[in-house]
Amino acid sequence: MTVQELPGAGASHRFTPPAWSPRTDAAPLLPDPEPYRVLGTPAADGLDPELMRRCYAELVRGRRYNAQATALTKQGRLAVYPSTVGQEACEIAAAMVLEERDWLFPSYRDTLAAVARGLDPVQALTLLRGDWHTGYDPREHRIAPLSTPLATQLPHAVGLAHAARLRGDDVVALAMVGDGGTSEGDFHEAMNFAAVWQAPVVFLVQNNGFAISVPLAKQTAAPTLAHKAVGYGMPGRLVDGNDIAAMHEVLSEAVRRARSGGGPTMIEAVTYRMEAHTNADDATRYRSDAEVEAWKAHDPVALLERELTARGLLDAEGIQAAKDAADAMAAALRDGMNADPVLDPMDLFAHVYEEQTDRLREQAEMLRAELEAGNE
Amino acid sequence: MTTTTAARPVAKPATMAQALGRAMRDAMAEDPTVHVMGEDVGTLGGVFRITDGLAKEFGDDRCTDTPLAEAGILGAAVGMAMYGLRPVVEMQFDAFAYPAFEQLISHVAKMRNRTRGAMPLPITIRVPYGGGIGGVEHHCDSSEAYYVATPGLTVVTPATVEDAYGLLRASIASDDPVIFLEPKRLYWSKADWSPETPAAVPGIGKALVRRAGTSATLITYGPSLPVCLEAAEAAREEGWDLEVVDLRSLVPFDEETVVASVRRTGRAVVVHEAGGFGGPGAEIAARVTERCFHHLEAPVLRVTGFDIPYPPPMLEKHHLPGVDRILDTVARLQWEN
Repeated sequence: MTVQELPGAGASHRFTPPAWSPRTDAAPLLPDPEPYRVLGTPAADGLDPELMRRCYAELVRGRRYNAQATALTKQGRLAVYPSTVGQEACEIAAAMVLEERDWLFPSYRDTLAAVARGLDPVQALTLLRGDWHTGYDPREHRIAPLSTPLATQLPHAVGLAHAARLRGDDVVALAMVGDGGTSEGDFHEAMNFAAVWQAPVVFLVQNNGFAISVPLAKQTAAPTLAHKAVGYGMPGRLVDGNDIAAMHEVLSEAVRRARSGGGPTMIEAVTYRMEAHTNADDATRYRSDAEVEAWKAHDPVALLERELTARGLLDAEGIQAAKDAADAMAAALRDGMNADPVLDPMDLFAHVYEEQTDRLREQAEMLRAELEAGNE
Repeated sequence: MTTTTAARPVAKPATMAQALGRAMRDAMAEDPTVHVMGEDVGTLGGVFRITDGLAKEFGDDRCTDTPLAEAGILGAAVGMAMYGLRPVVEMQFDAFAYPAFEQLISHVAKMRNRTRGAMPLPITIRVPYGGGIGGVEHHCDSSEAYYVATPGLTVVTPATVEDAYGLLRASIASDDPVIFLEPKRLYWSKADWSPETPAAVPGIGKALVRRAGTSATLITYGPSLPVCLEAAEAAREEGWDLEVVDLRSLVPFDEETVVASVRRTGRAVVVHEAGGFGGPGAEIAARVTERCFHHLEAPVLRVTGFDIPYPPPMLEKHHLPGVDRILDTVARLQWEN
């Protein structure tokens, strides 16, 4: 049956809709065709030596933090640790571009970003240690609790940034999520709300290649994750996530834009998770050694060290100083983790409601009696 | 001759819908951190017109039409509350709240606990719930069992115009997240009520004896309260003098008021629209049995909706607990071993 033969077709008035006018010109929102790079390109001539030396020290410290945390899982001091070896440039740049009044919204993998923002490593690892869920006051550090459900912290970042703007504060929220998290509904809803509200938010997607074991090709059919931004009406940026100079520049630009009322930006940092998802994961089941080896040549710490050394901005003394500072941090972290936390079981009932319900009081009494019987 | 009298509040018939709107209006006028948000709450005033006039009076920033996305609405409200605002979120219909459940359960209910008290979330989530309005599928669920099973959530439901105002004011003032269940078939119920002299805002967690009686206690809440009061009147003909307790708050649950009533009457029936299996009535019956065992003349019985997906409008009258079903159950309380 052709269209003409369809009952009613062609017989009556043909509706012509009014001319379509797109709300936003999509072209300036589209990401670069290649991940943006600075290190090893002519753009590196313009690097700020002082800033890059700070970046280097932070990268070395971050690498050491990863090594120490992984060692602590082997000693049973941490229940679990999702490593960011290979992703340190993303974590550190995210923390460095924020002002004190800004907010960071980390996922469970982003403890290094929280540490780079100034949080004590022991506090950052409280959740992963099994000693309560959040080891710090989020308002004091302006770091939201680590979010284990994927992408669910992104709408929080949008709401907080929106609230800050309503109250007249030039506060920016930076929210971190992995490539797998971009498949979640909350990712979509957060991006959409942020763009509609023009909220001062920066979304940082660390595309480290795998959502536990599932590769990006099975996660999305989009040309890049950064392309997703265009559909919401915000710029998408594609950046080399192992190039801290590029990360710092692109994130700073997005934060500046958000702070000045320019609305949200989504950044895809292309990076690689050098270690397994956590210590409970066997990465050899889903990726080859050759692939991991290839990424070793693009290590974020080595990339910056090469650039700075070649330019005469970093010498053996500088490298040693960074290493010493990192070792001091690791020693303090070991000490903090070797002290066994003292937990009060009665705290189980302390923070469910502002005022304890009768039911909780009754259950607290039951536990108290059990504890006293156990001590006799 | 004309007389001048001082302006004095006069109680006129007001609907529950008007009382709810007034509660938000007064909260917003008193506290600039109170923000109303949801789908259609602004220009339209909500599909039930509960938020009518708020956007006009307080502006789009205080009463905001959001994109249509419940997880996004509630998730954004979490962030707003983290920054010191007091969001009042509308979920439009009971079954429309389900996309927001992860935000509700993983974040809203737990934020105070996981931050050890450092970050409470003062969010009020308004959920029009229950049947009896002829709504099609997904518009009539009684979803209270999901909420009461989640630690960290306060769950309240008004049954009168006065409580609609008072409990909503108390919910907005609470520093804990509150699920505010609005019995939508009572939206147009009326009472003589003056917004200038609203009832004292009750503390959340207090039940009320709405009708004193001696033969048995009907324990109920929200949309089933008027049905129970009607059943209690009808039962007089059968020689039953029924006491009716309105819970008003499911979490916290006012066990003392309920237990005191059942100990007086010796018999109890729990009445609600939600399904019986795993419904709030199961918990209440268990608690009453534990606390009143030696005072009971008969087992605690329940009159609930059937354990079925909410039926189509043409059949809902068979599903919803009505006066006859309550009276038949009361008759079964004449227990003989």
